[in-house]
Amino acid sequence: MTVLKTMTMRDAFIGTLCDRMSEDSSIFFLVADLGAPALDRIRAEYPDRFINVGIAEQNLINVASGLALEGFSVYTYAIAPFITMRAYEQVRVNLAVSSQIRPVNVTMIGLGGGVSYVVSGPTHHCLEDLAIMRLLPNMSVYCPSDWVVAAQLVDHTRITIGPKYIRFDGKALPALYADPADVDITKGFAQLAPGRDICLVSTGFMSHRALKVAKERPGVAVIDMFSLKPCDEAALATALAPYRHVITMEEAFINNGGLDSLVTKIVREHELGCRQHPIGFNDRYVFELGSRDHLHAINCMDETAIIALTDRLGRC
Amino acid sequence: MNETMGNLERKAQWVWSETLRMHRLAPETRVASSLSAVEIFTTLYYGDLLKHNGSDPRWEGRDRLIVSKGHGSICLFPILADRGYFDKTELELICKEGSFLGGIPDTIIPGYETINGSLGHGIGVACGMALGLKRKGLPNHVFVVAGDGEFCEGSMWEGVMFAAHHRLGNLTVIIDNNKLCMLDRCEKIMTVEPFEKRFEAFGWETHRVDGHDIHALHEALTDLKCRKLGESPAVLIADTVKGKGVPELESDTLCHIRTLTHEEIDRATGGAK
Repeated sequence: MTVLKTMTMRDAFIGTLCDRMSEDSSIFFLVADLGAPALDRIRAEYPDRFINVGIAEQNLINVASGLALEGFSVYTYAIAPFITMRAYEQVRVNLAVSSQIRPVNVTMIGLGGGVSYVVSGPTHHCLEDLAIMRLLPNMSVYCPSDWVVAAQLVDHTRITIGPKYIRFDGKALPALYADPADVDITKGFAQLAPGRDICLVSTGFMSHRALKVAKERPGVAVIDMFSLKPCDEAALATALAPYRHVITMEEAFINNGGLDSLVTKIVREHELGCRQHPIGFNDRYVFELGSRDHLHAINCMDETAIIALTDRLGRC
Repeated sequence: MNETMGNLERKAQWVWSETLRMHRLAPETRVASSLSAVEIFTTLYYGDLLKHNGSDPRWEGRDRLIVSKGHGSICLFPILADRGYFDKTELELICKEGSFLGGIPDTIIPGYETINGSLGHGIGVACGMALGLKRKGLPNHVFVVAGDGEFCEGSMWEGVMFAAHHRLGNLTVIIDNNKLCMLDRCEKIMTVEPFEKRFEAFGWETHRVDGHDIHALHEALTDLKCRKLGESPAVLIADTVKGKGVPELESDTLCHIRTLTHEEIDRATGGAK
């Protein structure tokens, strides 16, 4: 297997978006005092379409919605828990509700999903966003696993009408996709490893962990979900149909509306015979310190715990 | 000019009566906070201040009006019907099945720009619109009608700061300063005055008028609308009376949630305002 380039999702996305800004004068980029190396280019090349609203996420969303009502395509960028939860009611009213009547093209980018801001504690961890953003009607929700998917989201968000939320990991991660053509955003997922009996359905950072598990246990399948809303549900049902066990893996609270709830809906509506096993954070904030692997280990989300689960299920 | 003012005053009287009629048809509407804003909306729509087109509500050449105090704008329904946004027969259906005229107006009503009802959003959204118009090189103005109680919401002040920083001279906020929140007078619940000192400290131009004096409103808004991009945003503090013209409302600090009886409405509309 060739070693693929490591890069942050934000730099891949923002770099591609900056390229598009030369041909598309409708694009605005708004931030709540958050930077990125690739963002320096936008600031330098398009100072009249780059706005830092300051540390004010509620106003970030309100200003973005006003620009969108004037026909602009607006990208907003802030730390994930703050852009989703500090500004949740602004998002609900001025993006989700409003877009049902008038076009509102605002793409929210939340940086630092899951526990990728490892030692920053519960305020900077973001374990609720996938569920609460999926909950909002008219809102699309993306959680890329690498920078290749992140870059593909630029053109997808430009041509898709309505509000969107993208969760980016805070850390640079190696590419999982060698070819951008393998990323079908409309479909919403890609099978990264074939298998039988057991399938890991993972999103974001956890797809890297899922692939490591599959390497240790050949025959365990891996599906990477990068669009949690919408996705091709019929295709996902077909993909899941062969397995006896489906293990969902997300850096999020489980049993409350995230990836596991999406899979539950598919299993129920398509009457699949598989059993579901959710992996993620279980209704408790994380104050413990240490590496990301350590935080995962103490929450039974590391490779050792997941391999043990697959071994146990394999014997069933 | 005097004739214009006379016409505006007659229009305001009609809007006031129609607002009470709307409340009679739909008792769940917030009548008291709508009555304090009658002259404000009348001046905007009939005083040649707000560029608009009733037959094309999203006409690009329009000025934008954001009704931040959504609940308190039932008085705008008869105005929009009269200005051609929809048929006057729609007024009879207010809050009924199949109608688009709800107790809290939304963008499903032709003429409304934003989703309303959740307070504290108006100025921030208006900032985005004003910035968008500036970027498009359009000379149009953005007006916001806000309630004084709304300024308890921190998000309003985030917008106030933004507008001054970006020198949005194409933005004018009108505060319907009726001095009452839901449960009591603002000064007893949470002090929002003095608006002049607060807004001036943020870098805004300020002006205060009697919000029931059509002439004063018209003069002030005409002046404020003449500002250029690059100048400060402006606020007009319009001192008003909640429940204006209805003694039962004017004397009740809980009038925000009060529903008038048919007898009270008849008594008010039968007498002089």
